[in-house]
Amino acid sequence: MGPATMSESLIEESIISRPTYGALQIVPGLAHYFLADASGAECVIRVVQELPRDMMEKVHILYVPTPGETALITSLYALGANRFEHFPTIDDAVAKLGEWLSDAKMGSQLYLAGTEGLVGQGVAKGEECGLDHTAVQCEHRGSLARRVQCVHCKTMIEDVTTQPVKCPSCDLLLLVRDHYSRRLAAFQGVCINAEDPSEEIEIKEVFK
Amino acid sequence: MSASDHLIPVVVSNVVEVNPIIKRFEFKHVNGDELPAFSGGAHIVVEMLDDGTKRKNPYSLMSSPFERDQYAISVRRDDTGRGGSKFMHEQVTPGTQMKISAPVNLFALDLRARKHLMIAGGIGITPFIAQMTQADKLGVPFELHYAARSASQAAYMDSLADRFGDHVSCYCDDQGESVDFETLLSSQPLGTHVYVCGPKGMIERVVETATSLGWPAAHVHFEHFLAPPVGEPFEVHLAKAGIDITVGAEQSLLEAVEASGTPINCMCRGGACGQCETAVVACDGEIMHNDHWLDDEQRAAKQRIMPCVSRFRGKRLELDL
Repeated sequence: MGPATMSESLIEESIISRPTYGALQIVPGLAHYFLADASGAECVIRVVQELPRDMMEKVHILYVPTPGETALITSLYALGANRFEHFPTIDDAVAKLGEWLSDAKMGSQLYLAGTEGLVGQGVAKGEECGLDHTAVQCEHRGSLARRVQCVHCKTMIEDVTTQPVKCPSCDLLLLVRDHYSRRLAAFQGVCINAEDPSEEIEIKEVFK
Repeated sequence: MSASDHLIPVVVSNVVEVNPIIKRFEFKHVNGDELPAFSGGAHIVVEMLDDGTKRKNPYSLMSSPFERDQYAISVRRDDTGRGGSKFMHEQVTPGTQMKISAPVNLFALDLRARKHLMIAGGIGITPFIAQMTQADKLGVPFELHYAARSASQAAYMDSLADRFGDHVSCYCDDQGESVDFETLLSSQPLGTHVYVCGPKGMIERVVETATSLGWPAAHVHFEHFLAPPVGEPFEVHLAKAGIDITVGAEQSLLEAVEASGTPINCMCRGGACGQCETAVVACDGEIMHNDHWLDDEQRAAKQRIMPCVSRFRGKRLELDL
């Protein structure tokens, strides 16, 4: 997932399916699409401000700010991209990314920066739109909170920070695995006390 | 073990003069059996017994992958080559019995593609004829851009345009027409794979243009078979076998190794597949690397050689065979 350069991500090495991330780096491309949330905004600014003015025509930026924050919106807007739009939720921004990519041509590059939930959903959208995985770069910043799928009732649970986590839909207590689905952009949550549901397990905050 | 170890006995069922320099040969199994299945882009190796010389040349299959009762190849006559194409043109007639290898595909369609963009130069059209038949049946969008020196030399140009209509664009050098690769490769929807087969310069231009536009390498496919070039005869020592062999002027190193009875892996026989890569034990002289397999660093190191197309000039060459 992106070039093997220094990353500021705090993710530890685990099983192979657990994504690791690099640092965004501009590569040759017909067009450059960016998607970031507040924790990834500085990555976008870092690489885009280095580009020559005549390349800005090829740059398209989507942004998901934290509520009430405007400073980063101003900074991103000031980069002078061909298109810059911001949306209140990751879902809305990812849907817009899909619209943009449906008109995109071969040679397009996608750059994703921020929390794992945003990055993972951007990767899945890129793949759905026909982007080769080598045309997608990811830089992880911010919280280690996970997007988790309850494998039993298929509910998606956003921003999971605890181990285990209770499924809000089916109430099962889920062990959050490192096993990650690229298609769903989610970690897998599996019932931790299936043999003995009365077993008490301490819930600890581990994904900060 | 090589693909060409298990040869299939065939009889030439038809020979068609497509134009003054290209002939099409059709093969059927001698027993009338079904021939092995293949996919668009596959090639076979044809064994030619030419007055004591055994040659094996690769040719792309152009017949429909959905028809197993016969295979068809097209051969462009090259009077300056080693004589394989000349042999096919002059000696092979309907009823001739020959041996061919099972098909091998080094140039298959990537079935994940949302669109196939095919670029052919001259006789490089042949694999695309089978591929278009396949893509058409699968219902996947495809587009062929076919460039040739002149309309009279452009084999199958008219029939392909008739058969596939708007999917086919033709360009003739003598009419001042050429493919604008920059524009073509800048306007393809995401998920397109590009395939190019033709002269070396064309393949290089397509690969360079696609790379500079940001196309992922996995979406760029090319095939360029080389006929083994002719050259000065040279001596080679085969270290494991403990013998010295001579490679004739019109013989390839691979053919000379095979003629000595020494085992060697091989598949495409055209410098593309990498199967015959051989370690060099000692080299005092210059290896003429003619393949598309080794990279520049490996070539300079003189520690590997592709015997199917590469030659040697100098005092001593020892191979790990």
